[in-house]
Amino acid sequence: MTRVTITTKKSSHANKFGKLIFDDGTVLDGMGFGYSTTVFGEIVFNTGMVGYPETLTDPSYSGQILTLTYPLVGNYGVPDPTIKDEDGISKFFESDRIQVRGLVVHELSETASHWNMAMTLDEWLYNEKIPGISGIDTRELTKKLRNSGVMMAALVVSDTEIDVEQVKKELASAPHYNSEKFMDTVSTKQEEVYGSDEKSVVVIDTGAKNAILRNIRKLGYKVIKLPWNASIEKILSYNPKGVVISNGPGDPLNCPDTIDTAKKLIEKNVPTLGICLGAQIIGLAGNTETYKLKYGHRGQNKPCVNLDNNQVYVTSQNHGYGIDPDSLKDSEFNLWFKNADDKTVEGIKHKTQNCIAVQFHPEAAPGPYDCKFVFEELKHLMGEEKAAKE
Amino acid sequence: MYLLPVNPQYVESVVEKERPDGIMLAYGGQTALNCGVKLEELGILQKYGIKVLGTQIPGIQRTEDRQLFKDSMGQCGVPVLKSKTVKNFDDAKKIAEELGYPVIIRVAYTLGGRGGGVAYNEIELHEIVERGLKASLVGQVLIEEYIGHWKQIEYEVMQDYDGNNVIVCNMENVLAMKVHTGDNIVVAPSQTIDNHEYHMLRSAALRATKHVGIVGECNIQYALEPNSDRYVAIEINPRLSRSSALASKATGYPLAYMSAKIGLGYNLSELVNRITKSTTACFEPSLDYIVCKHPRWDFSKFELVNRKLGPTMKSVGEVMGIGRNFEESFQKAIRMLDIGNDGLVLNRTNGGNLNEEQLEEKLSHPDDQILYNVARAIKAGFSVERINNLSAIDPWFIEKIKNIVKIEHKLSNEELGKPLLWEAKKHGFSDKQIARAKDKTPDEVRKIRKDFGIVPAVKQIDTLAAEWPAVTNYLYLTYGGTSHDVKIDPGEKGILVLGAGPYRIGSSVEFDWGTVNMVWGLQENGEKNVSVVNCNPETVSTDYDICTRLYFEELTQERILDITEFENPKGVITCVGGQTANNLTPGLAKHNINILGTSAIDVDRAEDRSKFSAELDKLHIQQPRWQAFSNLNEAKNFAQEVEFPVIVRPSYVLSGAAMKVVWSQEELKTYVKEATDVSPDHPVVISKFMLNSLEVDVDGVSNGKEVIIGAIVEHIDSAGVHSGDAMMCIPPWRLNNKTIETITEYTTKIATTFNVKGPFNLQFLVHDNHVYVIELNIRASRSMPFVSKLVKTNLIALAAKAILDKPLPDIPKNKWQKIHNYGIKVPQFSFMQLEGADIALGVEMQSTGEAACFGNSFYDALSKGLTSVGYNLPETGAALVTVGGAQNKEKLLQSIALLKNLGFKIFATEHTAEFFEEKIGEIEVVHKISEPERKPNIADLLYERKINFIINIPSTSTLEKYVGMLEDEYQIRRKSLELGVPVLTTIELADSFVKTLEWLKNNKTTIEPIEPYDPF
Repeated sequence: MTRVTITTKKSSHANKFGKLIFDDGTVLDGMGFGYSTTVFGEIVFNTGMVGYPETLTDPSYSGQILTLTYPLVGNYGVPDPTIKDEDGISKFFESDRIQVRGLVVHELSETASHWNMAMTLDEWLYNEKIPGISGIDTRELTKKLRNSGVMMAALVVSDTEIDVEQVKKELASAPHYNSEKFMDTVSTKQEEVYGSDEKSVVVIDTGAKNAILRNIRKLGYKVIKLPWNASIEKILSYNPKGVVISNGPGDPLNCPDTIDTAKKLIEKNVPTLGICLGAQIIGLAGNTETYKLKYGHRGQNKPCVNLDNNQVYVTSQNHGYGIDPDSLKDSEFNLWFKNADDKTVEGIKHKTQNCIAVQFHPEAAPGPYDCKFVFEELKHLMGEEKAAKE
Repeated sequence: MYLLPVNPQYVESVVEKERPDGIMLAYGGQTALNCGVKLEELGILQKYGIKVLGTQIPGIQRTEDRQLFKDSMGQCGVPVLKSKTVKNFDDAKKIAEELGYPVIIRVAYTLGGRGGGVAYNEIELHEIVERGLKASLVGQVLIEEYIGHWKQIEYEVMQDYDGNNVIVCNMENVLAMKVHTGDNIVVAPSQTIDNHEYHMLRSAALRATKHVGIVGECNIQYALEPNSDRYVAIEINPRLSRSSALASKATGYPLAYMSAKIGLGYNLSELVNRITKSTTACFEPSLDYIVCKHPRWDFSKFELVNRKLGPTMKSVGEVMGIGRNFEESFQKAIRMLDIGNDGLVLNRTNGGNLNEEQLEEKLSHPDDQILYNVARAIKAGFSVERINNLSAIDPWFIEKIKNIVKIEHKLSNEELGKPLLWEAKKHGFSDKQIARAKDKTPDEVRKIRKDFGIVPAVKQIDTLAAEWPAVTNYLYLTYGGTSHDVKIDPGEKGILVLGAGPYRIGSSVEFDWGTVNMVWGLQENGEKNVSVVNCNPETVSTDYDICTRLYFEELTQERILDITEFENPKGVITCVGGQTANNLTPGLAKHNINILGTSAIDVDRAEDRSKFSAELDKLHIQQPRWQAFSNLNEAKNFAQEVEFPVIVRPSYVLSGAAMKVVWSQEELKTYVKEATDVSPDHPVVISKFMLNSLEVDVDGVSNGKEVIIGAIVEHIDSAGVHSGDAMMCIPPWRLNNKTIETITEYTTKIATTFNVKGPFNLQFLVHDNHVYVIELNIRASRSMPFVSKLVKTNLIALAAKAILDKPLPDIPKNKWQKIHNYGIKVPQFSFMQLEGADIALGVEMQSTGEAACFGNSFYDALSKGLTSVGYNLPETGAALVTVGGAQNKEKLLQSIALLKNLGFKIFATEHTAEFFEEKIGEIEVVHKISEPERKPNIADLLYERKINFIINIPSTSTLEKYVGMLEDEYQIRRKSLELGVPVLTTIELADSFVKTLEWLKNNKTTIEPIEPYDPF
């Protein structure tokens, strides 16, 4: 039996100086890897056990330093970022670059092996100029964030000793995550078109993951990706069957243009699906309120109940803001999905119009595929199923 | 609760009596599942209107029947391997040629992959297919493409009646598909597959289990090609399995408990996560650690056994190491095995060197040393790529082993500074390993380490990676962390109970029963804070809801000291965890840990043969002649003087390890050396082995003043068969009253002399009505649950009182004699899985489990016991008798005559036939397997199923197998075993077996529930 050898690679930028400095003064020592630099951002954690290439390229992580609770990271390396699918969408990544500001892990796998890998995690971070730190008690860190809530932090990776006091000063004056405007950096500047089907769906890009595009393509529609502030006229000029407002980073209130567009989409009864940030935007457009969660929901194991049939689904999530459940009763929406653990709002349906939204990620990547049916729901809203039957 | 064989006849009789509404089939392993399917096929479930709770019978059949399984997977879009089910060799050959060799043969409806194998050519195919067809309950085997180098990934699925389903855990097998998952080194979660592969397999698992209709828990096993994302589903186990037990302990998600609730009709989202007590059970645990399951094989207890690992499971137990990286959990797991190794490297012996060719061979055909051989190969300069190519082990795991080897090298060559020490500890090196590299004592390393402030952190297993606050008491220790998850109130002084570690030959669930009952006993006596240390995922003692805090940890001195430093308990209990825990007593005592129960000094007086013997002399109690030696010549002289046979053993070791009956000078030389290896600090003891004597066990409890005898237990086999392998009976049926009185008196004297505080076990030899003491074990014994349940006195609950210095209740001295029931304990052997192992019994224990049955007569109990461990008790048929030695033949005469009277046809080999024919008339002569041309031949009769059982008594004594293997007898035993024909290898067993058959002609076995313990 002769076999193809599995690709194996070794890290070359690991074991540098690394420190994690919190705005409450806590300093954690670790080993730096990836790119030597200092970054500031909101530090959050994700409990998913696989999927770091997808997670790190998710635009929703813009402005954040990400801690992975699974202690061994980098085991299977990173695939080739240049590989695209037949529509020209990146095959293995959720956007064209690493979106997190920095990465915190317990142990970096300095050697990686997998048939589909092109480089190590360390190498990838280095190439994209992102710092990473290993050797951190990530469980302790997670407990800290769970107890005190997410906070601003600095991640420093350096080839030389780190001046903590200096970094602390810089951290104090760094822009706060809550007030950062991300749309200019995560949203597309002009329209992008994927596929050539006759019927189309517009995706309003507030930081859209590629998996959303892939899923719509799979439904059989051309995808037109438009900037976050595209006007309703612009959107309707494509004569789309439906609209998706995507996931993305930050406070939904920082996307007033999109909220405005969403209002008009509802008004005109254009079939619309909101995902994650998109759900919050739709919520705000229909009179709900949003709030910031203490430490967010980030992971791949979150149970959500579909109130239509009481089925429970395991979902992939990544959000720091949510729709205030109390604000629902005076809004235009009914509750659709509820988090089975903390009862937070995970999905809403418009009382009269063709508009639905989910707080979790039906497109997966990373995470379970159990909620792909949400895209089928959109298809249903677009009247396509009925049409097909007739 | 009934102690009865799990087969359709007995289950029906219970059903008839109890008239239950429902039956659960998923909790008693393959035995219960098969029985359930049979009950359905026989119409018994329908007859009594019993509902199956959980996965329904058609669902079970869709997973168990190979063809149905394949069809179902096809229907739900889950790929399977190209394969075909066949019912005869000719078809098998055709398929194998189509698929191309090698092919794997799998057997439908068996336990632990029994009877399957890989065939590289037609000859092997023939052998495996013939064996498999006979082992299969439905006479089917499956021939399929061999994919040994593919990754082996498993998912544990929970699903309710409404179709809600979740994956509780996934696992990856380090030794790929090559090795049965039961024998594989397994990590959870998977380490080498990416998001796409993880979720592709996850979705397929949910799809497949929904399609076949699983309700409750199941395990699905995949093979995943290492060079692509091509995968196939191998099998679904529609029941709780070893893997589910492992998954439960790996995640903290109690699969069996949840599955039972689901069986009753609860919906997953209605159930609460038992760890957080606030979140739902309908979720998927997120781990922030890695567990490593390592099997324990115990091949060394069997001669001639083939140590190669493959599709047939051979291990007898397992452990689970928990850590924050692979190196740590893996090296922890090695120590947990309690096989004398302190980790992967830097062990007491390095096991010898192998040349390049040998290494290649060992890497391609893994045995129980496989990862040690990977380490050797790395040291010999093999590249990761080459090792991967030979072994199919993923490069990621090989790299981790390489890390361990690198650190070993550093430890041996660099100064032991703080960074190096931290690095070593983080990668799972024990103080002992480090001490060995640095030529220091483990205590010195411990001191250096603590001076540097390098101590392990106590972390929780909380099912959700710290995302929610969890009140869980399920803990492990790791050097991959800087702070503890839990705090111990300094005023809170608890008790630490040490468990028994992995199941092994000689120590199985009995000691876990002891551990759990000790915890309960302490709690009942007002101890609020009782914690447990154990590392065996198959046990109840590692259920986190049993005790105050569960440390899923190593039972090593280093780790127990770490835990006692953290817990600061008022004492540690080492007397219920069998050999592993008991052996820690002296070391812990030396470190000023308070041992609760019998003092370490008294334990030492009992374990040290010389001291023990001196005490007995003072009490005027006899022992077989013995002497301690550290020099071979003296030993030889002694043996000559008392005459062979003699028993040789280390003076300080439990459970008969390295205990041998020796018949010649030559053997003596070999075994003195072997015994010295096992216990180098203690000299060897040689004692006279008395042939033709009875062995008796006494289980009891004492508080140093009062002594309560649980029961006197008589071995049915004559002395020399290890007490763990022997059939045992309460009450004794061949001892006279005077002997019983003597034993009672000796027991009381000995227990008080040794200030026993807690459980103890005494072994006696009765020879010509003289009572000799063999040994005193100051700890819970293997037979204690059996005794406790029959006599309705929970000995461990009593022991808890004794340990806490509470007065013992007033239990009449002869309570056990007033029990009207008979209880018989029968050992369960697993020789079938151990290719090449011989089934003739000897002084070193070989059984892997046991069954105990009660009845109102000796034969009532015995027939149930024999049925339980798999003996078929035929009403008519034929027996093959081959007996070595005139004395044995004489002894068996009555039984053979009785057998003939019962209408059984008797086959016998020439000499045996000659002897019996003369005395009892017609016997049919058959010829030896080694003379295949002479007909009728034993081999043919066996294959044609013309023999119902075999009485095969080896010449002069079972013990002579150590003198030289009697090839033909071995062949008979081996062949019959492979074909599932019972073989009786001792005269006592043969006699009882035949008398049981006689009894069954005129009697029916009783069906009575066991009674609860008497309160005291």
